[in-house]
Amino acid sequence: MASKPVTRIPGRAFRPRPGHQTYTARRARVGYLFVLPAVIMLALVSVYPLLYNAWLSLHHDVLTDPLATHFSGLANYHLLLTDSEFWGDFLRTLIFTVISVAIELVLGMVLALVVSRKFRARSLVRASILIPWAIPTAVSAMLWKMFFDQRTGFVDFFLGLLHLPGSHEVWFNSPFWAWLPIILSDMWKNTPFVALLLLAGLQGIPHELYESARIDGANAWQIFWRVTVPLMKPTILVALIFRTLSALLIFDTIFVMTGGGPGISTEVVSYYNWYQFMTSLNFGYGAAISVGITIIAMALAFLYVRLMRQGGGFQV
Amino acid sequence: MSRGRAGRIGFAILVGVIIVYSLLPFLWILRSSLESSAGLSQQTSTFWPIGITLTHYRALFTEENFLRPLINSIVVAGMTTVIAVVLGSLAAYALSRLPIKGRMAVLGFVLLVSFFPQIGMVGPLFLVFRHLGWLDTYQSLIFPYLILSLPITTWILTAFFAQIPIEIEEASMVDGASIAQTIGRIFVPLALPGIFTAAILGFLLSWNDLLFALSFIHNPSMFTVPLALVNFRSAFYIHYGQIDAGVVVASIPIALVVLFLQRRIEAGLTAGGVKG
Repeated sequence: MASKPVTRIPGRAFRPRPGHQTYTARRARVGYLFVLPAVIMLALVSVYPLLYNAWLSLHHDVLTDPLATHFSGLANYHLLLTDSEFWGDFLRTLIFTVISVAIELVLGMVLALVVSRKFRARSLVRASILIPWAIPTAVSAMLWKMFFDQRTGFVDFFLGLLHLPGSHEVWFNSPFWAWLPIILSDMWKNTPFVALLLLAGLQGIPHELYESARIDGANAWQIFWRVTVPLMKPTILVALIFRTLSALLIFDTIFVMTGGGPGISTEVVSYYNWYQFMTSLNFGYGAAISVGITIIAMALAFLYVRLMRQGGGFQV
Repeated sequence: MSRGRAGRIGFAILVGVIIVYSLLPFLWILRSSLESSAGLSQQTSTFWPIGITLTHYRALFTEENFLRPLINSIVVAGMTTVIAVVLGSLAAYALSRLPIKGRMAVLGFVLLVSFFPQIGMVGPLFLVFRHLGWLDTYQSLIFPYLILSLPITTWILTAFFAQIPIEIEEASMVDGASIAQTIGRIFVPLALPGIFTAAILGFLLSWNDLLFALSFIHNPSMFTVPLALVNFRSAFYIHYGQIDAGVVVASIPIALVVLFLQRRIEAGLTAGGVKG
């Protein structure tokens, strides 16, 4: 906000008096006072734990044996680099992220294109896609887990109606098929969010561009790829970054649906990290994994900030 | 002509598929929650439930005492939202209209925190809370939930406040009103819709958490709604009907909020690009 030359306006409140601060200085002081509580609170609940994590990761610290706690240098990081279970989890998490984010972006785009049109049931559609977004991830996972159950679900029932094979034994006991309910739950919950972000971008495209493309004889397909997609690139990238981040950090769905099983075939990095903390009680090693995950998340954050800066400034 | 008609029919089918896809899971869980235990214990063979009953809902509140997690969740998410909205509004007021230096640094910091992975906080916070004797208390959830809700409320509110014209406030200051009077009488009434939107989103984010509750709460009387629902499963015998009823009870308030406040939520989600 550019402050106007208010001091020139005659008035009791604004005349600088000896020993008193000027109006602008007073407003600035109030400003710092207002910002401070939020900044301190955020630092306390998030920056402090991060630093504590970094410190913990340099120690051998297992809660079941508190007397053995000692400084261990980079031993935990050495373990992390050579831990084949962690790297297996990392690979699984990456594959899950690529598949689920790709599906969600494509479906989200379809949803956004549908909802951006004007039709009678439009607000019903908008409300009905918003509900999955608002449901807790854990509840979404419970819903989809039940749907893949023979007694409480509809998946096997529908497959039966279509004379296709399928059974509960297969879904959650198979290292491969156990991923299907996980991806479906993630997709059901998160596609609406992608659609809403993309919708905002879609509505920002000037109508004249579509008009002139149509006059030039472009068909709908060409207009989509030559006009819509290029103009929506910043929005698509933002949606991509947000979804990639939360897909890489997937925890609730895995915890509720499979607990990483069968075996460790659906175990992901967040789950492994949580397991090291809360089940193995190995806080030193758990902290090292957390530091690794945090570094990846921060890389995505910087990518996001760079994008915001390129696209017309760091707008709020 | 015929092509336009085919297109319209195709579009209608697409709309139908989207509505069914979004709502079918709810209709199905509603169906299961009303089905008798006998119907639930055999393989699904009909669309219509076998034997309609409300026993699962009754059992949910008598045997499982589901009221307790509902109250816990309302208290925790409510307190978090109040703190986040108060701190977020103050910060957003300064960031959107007071002449402070380092505005970009603060906004960047707030954004960065919203990218911090939740799992990275679990270990250290557990140790801190254990040291303070805070495990199994409301504050062991309220403070961590501020990580989820405070950055987003600050961010949304800054975007909303920046849209409120500053001239009215300047006029009031010229008339000799203090900053406090200007904020109370002029600014707050104008900002209320934005504050309300930020509060809904902040509340939903806290309401939906499982990871923090799972890590810091072990006493069943302190369970939040998602944690209580997940723990139905760990019992020796799985009461499918009660889980179904619990999911319905937990989802209906959210569905109502979304239906009535749809525009506000959409506005909040797209204000300046907010992580959800």
